[in-house]
Amino acid sequence: MKPYLRDKIPQSLSEIPDAPSYEAGYLITKNAGWRNEKPVINLDKCIGCLQCYLHCPDGVIFKENGKVGIDYDFCKGCGICRKICKIGAIEMEAEK
Amino acid sequence: MARKFLSGNEAFAEGIRLAKPQVISAYPITPQTIVVERLSEMVEDKSLKAEFIHVESEHSALSCAMGTSAVGARAFTATSSQGLLYMAECLTYASGGRFPIVMMNANRSTALPWNIYGDQRDSISLLDSGWIQAYAENAQESLDLALMSYYVAEDKRVSTPFMANLDGFVLTHTYEVVDVPTKKQADEFLPPFKTENKLDLNNPKNLAFSAGPAQNTAFKYKEHIGLLNAKEVIGEAEEKFAKIFGRKYSGLTEEYRTDDADYIIVTLGSIAGLVRETVDKLRNDGKKVGLLRIRYLRPFPNEEIAGALKNAKAAAVLEKDISFGNEGTVYTNVNSAIKKQNIHITTSNYIGGLGGKNISEAEIENIFGDIESGKTGVTFLGLGGE
Repeated sequence: MKPYLRDKIPQSLSEIPDAPSYEAGYLITKNAGWRNEKPVINLDKCIGCLQCYLHCPDGVIFKENGKVGIDYDFCKGCGICRKICKIGAIEMEAEK
Repeated sequence: MARKFLSGNEAFAEGIRLAKPQVISAYPITPQTIVVERLSEMVEDKSLKAEFIHVESEHSALSCAMGTSAVGARAFTATSSQGLLYMAECLTYASGGRFPIVMMNANRSTALPWNIYGDQRDSISLLDSGWIQAYAENAQESLDLALMSYYVAEDKRVSTPFMANLDGFVLTHTYEVVDVPTKKQADEFLPPFKTENKLDLNNPKNLAFSAGPAQNTAFKYKEHIGLLNAKEVIGEAEEKFAKIFGRKYSGLTEEYRTDDADYIIVTLGSIAGLVRETVDKLRNDGKKVGLLRIRYLRPFPNEEIAGALKNAKAAAVLEKDISFGNEGTVYTNVNSAIKKQNIHITTSNYIGGLGGKNISEAEIENIFGDIESGKTGVTFLGLGGE
């Protein structure tokens, strides 16, 4: 799921592309610090309907090995996924 | 090569037809309207194979041009005055994204008071938006700039959008005999647009991303270097242009009888024609006067200006622009250019032609007289209502 480039930090000017375009995942600005609360999926309850995936405004919900997950590097904590989840499988937890 | 009787707008449209953009997106505004009207006719009669997209605003016109460039296609748009200001947000997107779009701007006054006539406050107020800015003097130069603009903008060392400025009405709507090159010549001059900065299924990329505090400076630095590199590429473009078309331009500035001149007027755009004639007239009277025409405001010709003014006694900057609360912006830039070379001559600033006010030959003679008598400061021409 996570592009391998995400943790590569450019060490010199030559590693910065001439235009702000590059293979996905390079030089990204993470949004994790914007959250007050984070959504947590209860995988025992989750039925994998992917309504949260469809509604997430930042596209941070993914499915891997049949399980739904959240990319916390980019989740801004808006809570739309919790609101949309009909079976109540997502709870918001305070960030510490 | 054909000789045609064309207005500035029409000459620019002929140049764009030869440059073959794949997409034209534009919204009409006086005095730009005719350039896009002619292009829409060329698309309709299939003499230009391009998509002509009628957008709902200038903001959309430039956004659309960026989308075009972002799939690796050649884009053209045109605007003026309030239209340019309305697309201001997109100007920095296009330059920061390094999309080599070409835009013609018909220089026109900005509101209020509402006015449709020519001055250069629209483009000069956006000098810091990261675009190359060129100012044409006549219709022939307009056509030639249309062709050269893509050559310069699309060069990999530059990758910067290009704004070609034509004085509203005085240049956009007046007619001259213009040499229109053949398609074969144009194709020989201008290679097809090739870029890696595009959406490409075979080489997927994240396009136009954000960069936080850690890397933002590096991107802005590279943008700056791209503009500086344009100086060299403009020279290369003009060399190649001269070989194919037989017309040689002089780079970022043009000097006229400056070699032994004691008094020089520095200006830009179409008014340079009248200054040149006035120089000839005063030279016949034995006055040692000259003209320095700025062809490119960005990248700024620091060295060229200092070189042209270093042996003068005084220089006046005549511009159709005022940075309220200070002085004309061209004047500020010219003073900076000569200060950096430790040239200490008397300079003064003349603000003229605002809202289409005519600048007369007598006024230009008076400027030469003023600076010979040591006058300095900022003077507004044509304050009367007549």
